[in-house]
Amino acid sequence: MSAARATVAVVRSERAPLVDTLHEWVTTVDHKRLGILYIIYALLFLAFGGIEAIIIRIQLIRPHNTFVSPQVFNRMFTMHGTTMIFFAAMPLVFGFANYLVPLMIGARDTAFPRLNAFSFWLTAFGGLLLYFSFLGGNGLYGAGNAPDVGWFAYAPLTSRTFSPGHSTDFWILALLLSGIGSMGTAINIAATVLCMRCPGMTLGKMPLLAWLNFTMAGLVILSMSPLTAAQLMLLVDRYLGGHFFDVQAGGSAVLWMHFFWIFGHPEVYVLAIPAFAFASEIIPVFSRKPIFGYPVMVAATLAIGFISMSVWAHHMFTVGMTSAGNTFFVLSTMAIAVPTGIKIFNWLATIWGGKVQYRTPMLFCVAFLFQFLIAGLTGIMLAAAPFDWQLSGSYFVVAHFHYVIVGGILFTIFGAFYYWFPKMSGRMYNEALGKVHFWLFTAGFHLTFDFMHVPGVLGMPRRIYTYEPGRGWDIWNLVITIGVLFQAVATLVFLGNLLWSKLWGKVAGSDPWDGWTLEWSTASPPPAYNFPSLPEVRSRRPLWDLKHPEDPDWHYE
Amino acid sequence: MRALTTTGPEHVPERQPEWRLPARGPVAMYFLIAAEAAIFTIFVVAYIFYVGKSATGPQPAAVLHAPLFLTACLLSSSLTTHLAVRGLRSRNVRRFTWWWCGTVILGGIFVAGTAREWRHLVYQDGLTIQTNLFGTTYYSLVGLHAFHVIAGLLALAVVLVFAIRGDVRQEHSARTEVLSMYWHFVDAVWVVIFTVVYLIGR
Repeated sequence: MSAARATVAVVRSERAPLVDTLHEWVTTVDHKRLGILYIIYALLFLAFGGIEAIIIRIQLIRPHNTFVSPQVFNRMFTMHGTTMIFFAAMPLVFGFANYLVPLMIGARDTAFPRLNAFSFWLTAFGGLLLYFSFLGGNGLYGAGNAPDVGWFAYAPLTSRTFSPGHSTDFWILALLLSGIGSMGTAINIAATVLCMRCPGMTLGKMPLLAWLNFTMAGLVILSMSPLTAAQLMLLVDRYLGGHFFDVQAGGSAVLWMHFFWIFGHPEVYVLAIPAFAFASEIIPVFSRKPIFGYPVMVAATLAIGFISMSVWAHHMFTVGMTSAGNTFFVLSTMAIAVPTGIKIFNWLATIWGGKVQYRTPMLFCVAFLFQFLIAGLTGIMLAAAPFDWQLSGSYFVVAHFHYVIVGGILFTIFGAFYYWFPKMSGRMYNEALGKVHFWLFTAGFHLTFDFMHVPGVLGMPRRIYTYEPGRGWDIWNLVITIGVLFQAVATLVFLGNLLWSKLWGKVAGSDPWDGWTLEWSTASPPPAYNFPSLPEVRSRRPLWDLKHPEDPDWHYE
Repeated sequence: MRALTTTGPEHVPERQPEWRLPARGPVAMYFLIAAEAAIFTIFVVAYIFYVGKSATGPQPAAVLHAPLFLTACLLSSSLTTHLAVRGLRSRNVRRFTWWWCGTVILGGIFVAGTAREWRHLVYQDGLTIQTNLFGTTYYSLVGLHAFHVIAGLLALAVVLVFAIRGDVRQEHSARTEVLSMYWHFVDAVWVVIFTVVYLIGR
């Protein structure tokens, strides 16, 4: 005991003072540290967004509830949506991309390390700006504090007339700032993939994660910019007295919808494609088989990226477009099911006949396969314009997109956390706690979002503050809120597991999963320079080649 | 048999030809240009969508005059940057400095001309960003472009100062080329804006 304590004391005394450590983290340009900063920042905002979701669900637990006022309710769903998309999901995706892409392509850092730090801090201050609105949003008119215009902020709700005060301005500036940060990161990721690969790693030999994050970066570059442009127009309207979205001067509210969803739909794939990337790395390793159909996976990813740019108006069927417009967006939306289906079949074929190990990351990925399939199926239902006319703006839609974002994207992100935690922290997570997290969260997820479809079909509109008893919605809303409790507890278990394992987990070693990609060839956590000497690769699974010199992959590729 | 064994598993094929990757500067600039092009596309779409929908006030046909001289200045500044970079690549720093200086002057003329045009629109024709939809979309689109021209001019001017101090050498030609790519893009956007605003939009 005393010897152990003595070593601890020695380690403590060798540590740099806290101020120095903080200074190092704030001024860092290391892609791994920036990745971890992105992830910690995202977890903080995930907690904020989660608390807002809990407030929404407590308010809706029974009819005529008055847990919060209608004004606060509006702020809660606006902040929940904005926070989760822009300040939880995107930083999570960027954090993992930042951490993993250079390691997996055998590079020492990203192409532009300082741009990387700049982009992170822009995003970070964007999030602070959004939450500062709780304090500073009152403005001169004394109305409102946090933004309450909904996360897609339809015109003319955002005009000076209907949104006095500064809360909407904080929303605009937060998204503008983080949008520019996202663009910087996306340019950096794309340039890193094209310009920093280690010798021998041709595009066809890159890990799928690099390919998918490259596609994600392309989507961010092409879809984040329209949002930035639309936010600039909104600023012109609000501050310079412009008329872009001012219907009284001939402006068009529908134009805002188009501009927002030209961003909004590709955004789903900005989040989903990295989720696919995690699944494409985790499923093969825990099935002990290489990914099935690598070239088709790449082609399907690019197809998804390409088609997703032309489906946005399926969010607007109820606006009243021409029948030609409706038909185009119905068909393009349904077309996206084809490459997505190809991906699901490829993952299934990867698992098929493999020696499957159900560790926590794999559990999350298997649940992802089921849930993402269901999310895709309700997506095809909503893509049919007549069906959408009936259910648009109902809780069915809310259930659908939470199935995509939670059931699909968040599940693989949890999987990614467990899979790469040993690499990032150098220690193993607690497997038992990981499984508790998985089963609690899965149960909670299905309680909440399976049953959320029902009140939607029964006609419950989204964003309503409260409802009349006796419409058949009561019991479902009760069950939905109970499910949230499970998810909240599961998330606490998850955070506890991360903290506990970082401090007291077993030392993981460089390659705990017997992995095949380059990040497992260096120490855990990797040194600042990543690789003592730059690796040279000859196949898609360089570590397999290293471990099996008698039967390397490059014989077959 | 012997021929077979040499291609067998234990035979290590000779190293691949030299490993070459694209330079990161131009690649990142291409992606930045793609992002900027998307921003401009949205503003151009808004301009086209609102052409002729202004309820009141001056209409484009009444107040807009195609700025041919300014357009000629901006477009020829693309040529001068190209010549400047070519000069630097062939180690001719003096030629680089002169052509680069010409680019800054031509860009400066363009910005000054836009300012004059706006002054006339505001004070003679009574068109501001608040007047009507035409004012809002016109000043936003042309202003966004002017903002990019000014940002480019600042960057060009910094390089010019370095060049005059004698700090620019041949090894910097790749970097100046990245900047010139941005400048070419700004010019190309002007071709689109000129066509949409001054030719079709009237």
